[in-house]
Amino acid sequence: MADGLSRTGQIATPGLRRRRGAPARELARWGAGALGIVVLVGIWELYKLLGPADGLVLFGNRVLPRTSDLAMPHSWDMLARLLEPVTRADGARPLWLEVAVAATLTLGIAAAGWLTGLVVGVGLALVMQRWKLAEWGLLPWIILSQTIPLIAFAPVVRSWGSRIEIGAFEWQDWMSVALIASYLAFFPIAVGALKGLQSPDTIHVELMKTYAAGWWKTLVRLRLPAAVPYLLPALRLGAANAVIGAVVAEVSTGLQGGIGRILIQYAGQASGDPSKAWGPIFGAIVLGLVAAGSIALLGAMLGRYRRVEISG
Amino acid sequence: MTQMTGGTDAVSIAGVDKVFETRSGQVQALSGIDLTVAAGEFVSLIGPSGCGKSTLMRLIADLDQPSTGTVSVFGKPAKDARIAQDYGIAFQQAGLLPWRTVEENIELPLSLHGAPKAERAARVAELVSLVGLGDFADRYPDQLSGGMQQRVAIARALAEKPRLLLMDEPFGALDEMTRERMQSELVRICAETGAAVVFVTHSIPEAVFLSDRVVVMSPRPGRIQEIVTMRLAATADREEGLREQHEFFDMITAVREALHQGSPVAAVRGVETR
Ligand SMILES: Nc1ncnc2c1ncn2[C@@H]1O[C@H](COP(=O)(O)OP(=O)(O)OP(=O)(O)O)[C@@H](O)[C@H]1O
Ligand SMILES: [Mg+2]
Repeated sequence: MADGLSRTGQIATPGLRRRRGAPARELARWGAGALGIVVLVGIWELYKLLGPADGLVLFGNRVLPRTSDLAMPHSWDMLARLLEPVTRADGARPLWLEVAVAATLTLGIAAAGWLTGLVVGVGLALVMQRWKLAEWGLLPWIILSQTIPLIAFAPVVRSWGSRIEIGAFEWQDWMSVALIASYLAFFPIAVGALKGLQSPDTIHVELMKTYAAGWWKTLVRLRLPAAVPYLLPALRLGAANAVIGAVVAEVSTGLQGGIGRILIQYAGQASGDPSKAWGPIFGAIVLGLVAAGSIALLGAMLGRYRRVEISG
Repeated sequence: MTQMTGGTDAVSIAGVDKVFETRSGQVQALSGIDLTVAAGEFVSLIGPSGCGKSTLMRLIADLDQPSTGTVSVFGKPAKDARIAQDYGIAFQQAGLLPWRTVEENIELPLSLHGAPKAERAARVAELVSLVGLGDFADRYPDQLSGGMQQRVAIARALAEKPRLLLMDEPFGALDEMTRERMQSELVRICAETGAAVVFVTHSIPEAVFLSDRVVVMSPRPGRIQEIVTMRLAATADREEGLREQHEFFDMITAVREALHQGSPVAAVRGVETR
């Protein structure tokens, strides 16, 4: 009987709440997403067809855009433009590839920023959880830090960075961008992680005490697993912040090669080639989706730690 | 009441007071508590809500410290006993970790204390069948009923074969049927493991059915009013039939009278108390 854990009972007994209708729900979610895009395109084209040619001007402000091809290119033109070469020069790459290369660079920078934010955010949360005094001392500063618009100081950050040189290490321009991205990413992560680490019930904390488990064991066995449902939304927010931070910081530091740069560059060419400007915009959207998707993937891998959330 | 503190006693409490400092002043939760629980003995604590039963249990578990007096467990200070893992504990709520399966929850204390993997697996399998959850070993707590969760908690408390079990209203949330079945299981488990038990309950029949002695407490400040020795079959030999025998009812009456001391209870029989 010692090994008679008869796992067959699992088949006989119903009630795996979590699994019920999961594939159907998944399909419905994708369907809803696709429908959203179709509706958006529909509204765009409908307005372009029926809207006033000169838009709508109220009290001197244009509240609805012009419907000309210059202001609102057809959605199919935007897509077609993606397949055409970037410039008329010989051997120019197609627009989509140019955008993809730029987006990959930005994604890499944003990921570096996000990882830095993760390490700093979780590190701060651990310190604040461990020492109440640290929480009182640090939390106000962490909150205050977000009132400083570091993005506005992006050029300053870059010039500070350019002065850093430690041995063989030399500050790169992309690091300034990553730093700004991490500055935006660490905040939600620190706050979410702290809330998660403090979330275990007294009964669980006392149980660990009866096991004579120290801070480290309590952290690994109790606090970190319990923090996952709080951490995931914080990580998602952090990822979105890192992407936005990276794009904006690229623009304001003037970093070459990223999506922020071509966004500005192509927008400047919009009078001659209005559809082209939409390429990097789509690229930025895909970038955001990839970031959010990575977190969703992470969430799926950590499924067992979200059971409270799922069945609650 | 024994004042002897031989190394063999599971718990010995001497002259314990507990005062909580709160914003609205001091709360005297326990006053002048002396109690000894012998090894292998089953002792229940019963008394009105707020009389300090949980507090007393928490002192034994070293989750709180007495304001005055001493608490020793197997001849050691309570703190040393906690660090030496001399007791297993089950609270009113099961307190299972939701991300761990039944097996993994039971395994928690074993893996925390670095038991070898093979030994752990064998012990968990043994415990899972002891509490009758063989078919549910790889379920998560949210897939279990309240009674099943409570059984997992009890298995977890037993995992390291403690010589002392502390249980605070472990069956409080269960229906009467499940409760009686769990009581019988507990009697069986204690007979098999020979552990001493300190058991908090609000149910007189439950206390009588399970215990060697029932400690009746009075409120504000919590004191021991009376300790009623159960004149029944040895706890290991108690079976369902006992619940319908007149000795059982006599003991229930005795405990009731101790609880309602001062206010008369009808039909006083030859009650043995000490
Ligand atoms: N941490 C605390 N701080 C302040 N007062 C407390 C604390 N814990 C318990 N008390 C007080 O001590 C007294 C005894 O509480 P305790 O929880 O031990 O009662 P109990 O007998 O277990 O009651 P119940 O049967 O309702 O569980 C109560 O008056 C309670 O308000
Ligand atoms: Mg209580």
